Amino acid sequence: MIRVRGLKKRFGRLEVLRGVDCDIDQGEVVVIIGPSGSGKSTFLRCLNMLEEPTEGSIIIDGVELTSPSTNLNLVRQKVGMVFQSFNLFPHKNVLENVTLAPVVVKKLDRAAAERLALELLRKVGLEDKARAYPDQLSGGQQQRVAIARALAMQPAVMLFDEPTSALDPEMVGEVLAVMRDLARDGMTMVVVTHEMGFAREVGQRVMFMDEGRIVEEGPPDKIFYRPENPRTQTFLSKIL
Amino acid sequence: MSLIFNSFPYLLGGALETIKLAFLAVLVGCVLGLVVGLGRLSGQRVIRALAAFYVDFLRGTPLLVQVFIVYFGFPQILEQLGSPVTRIPPFWAALIAFSLNSGAYVAEIFRAGIQSIHRGQMEAARSLGMTYGQAMRYVILPQAFRRVIPPLGNEFIALLKDTSLLSVIGITELTRRGQIIIASTFRPFEIWFTVALIYLALTFSISRLVNFLERRLDVADDKS
Ligand SMILES: Nc1ncnc2c1ncn2[C@@H]1O[C@H](COP(=O)(O)OP(=O)(O)OP(=O)(O)O)[C@@H](O)[C@H]1O
Ligand SMILES: [Mg+2]
Repeated sequence: MIRVRGLKKRFGRLEVLRGVDCDIDQGEVVVIIGPSGSGKSTFLRCLNMLEEPTEGSIIIDGVELTSPSTNLNLVRQKVGMVFQSFNLFPHKNVLENVTLAPVVVKKLDRAAAERLALELLRKVGLEDKARAYPDQLSGGQQQRVAIARALAMQPAVMLFDEPTSALDPEMVGEVLAVMRDLARDGMTMVVVTHEMGFAREVGQRVMFMDEGRIVEEGPPDKIFYRPENPRTQTFLSKIL
Repeated sequence: MSLIFNSFPYLLGGALETIKLAFLAVLVGCVLGLVVGLGRLSGQRVIRALAAFYVDFLRGTPLLVQVFIVYFGFPQILEQLGSPVTRIPPFWAALIAFSLNSGAYVAEIFRAGIQSIHRGQMEAARSLGMTYGQAMRYVILPQAFRRVIPPLGNEFIALLKDTSLLSVIGITELTRRGQIIIASTFRPFEIWFTVALIYLALTFSISRLVNFLERRLDVADDKS
């Protein structure tokens, strides 16, 4: 599904990704952990080309993202992204947030887009908020709308960049629950998060990233409880 | 008193001319400003440089000189190009010069407005598969427009006051009409004071209107 080879990303002189290789299968849920500044966000952002890789190749669903002839707008339709800070469109209500891209990008007619949106909003438990504006919602609700908005493009892969770390603790659960359902429905997911419970329950594989490389990876229980790499051990001792 | 009373309709006619010019110029300036403002943010270096040159040139030279270039300079070029029409009517010359000038200021207003929108908005839109143009049109610009209303109002007011320069190319706007009345009545104090008050009434009304619009949109913003 996703195949990354020799991925490097430099910002000027700063080398943030120093050769990342990984393969992610269809329906797999991969959790990425690692210290701040290790390149987790940059890696995710390369997967939908919000950042242009300096070197290496990324193939998603058979499409080589880094080839100049690739239509990135088409690729991005297949790769949904959920941001730490939600990034809902504040001038549009919840329903419009969800329908905008299907209508504008896929030229779906409005009625069909609204039907789809309402179905997704039901899935994330916010059907009754369809007419509300983002700033009338709690953080947890906003993030669930953001998930519905990304799903409305019917992506093959969903990327999550610390989706719960801007939330008050009591709202983390509702967002993780939605993500859990999504994983159960077979969505391919790449999730940057430090929520151990989620990682252990839902994640099939955990990757530990440090200084721009994937230093260690494996099943959640192995990474969390029997890490082999000293840097993984140090990191986990700090956050557990 | 009767002097002011008698000259008032004539002065108001000038005020109308003043508003008409400023309004049309800001209107054209907004269209130009949007294009140039987007050009300033373009990924293409050449476009960015052209847009920057336009802005720098028009903001870095006196408006009066710009009016002279259009009114006196352009006809000469037209003549050299062999155009059958070489005279540019004062109103059109003024409108062209003011629109070009306003375009430069409005471009900077739009650029700042667009840049004030959090970059997460553009990223969210692009991550959904929207093109840059679609993201601008449906996500960034609608939010930016709300923020640029106050500075656009200021630009309108500045432009309106600057129309008093146009007396020099013979446009009978408010200031010119003041001069004409004084030439026959020799009462500069009363007349200039009246002229000033009319300008004040115009600019004050505009700023109230802008405040009103801003508050209305703020309410909409609060809701959204
Ligand atoms: N656009 C950019 N320009 C320059 N440097 C950048 C840019 N984006 C990220 N960086 C730098 O790249 C490094 C890795 O950033 P990244 O956001 O990928 O880390 P992260 O692992 O997601 O960290 P965190 O846990 O804090 O989110 C950091 O040192 C950051 O300052
Ligand atoms: Mg990050």
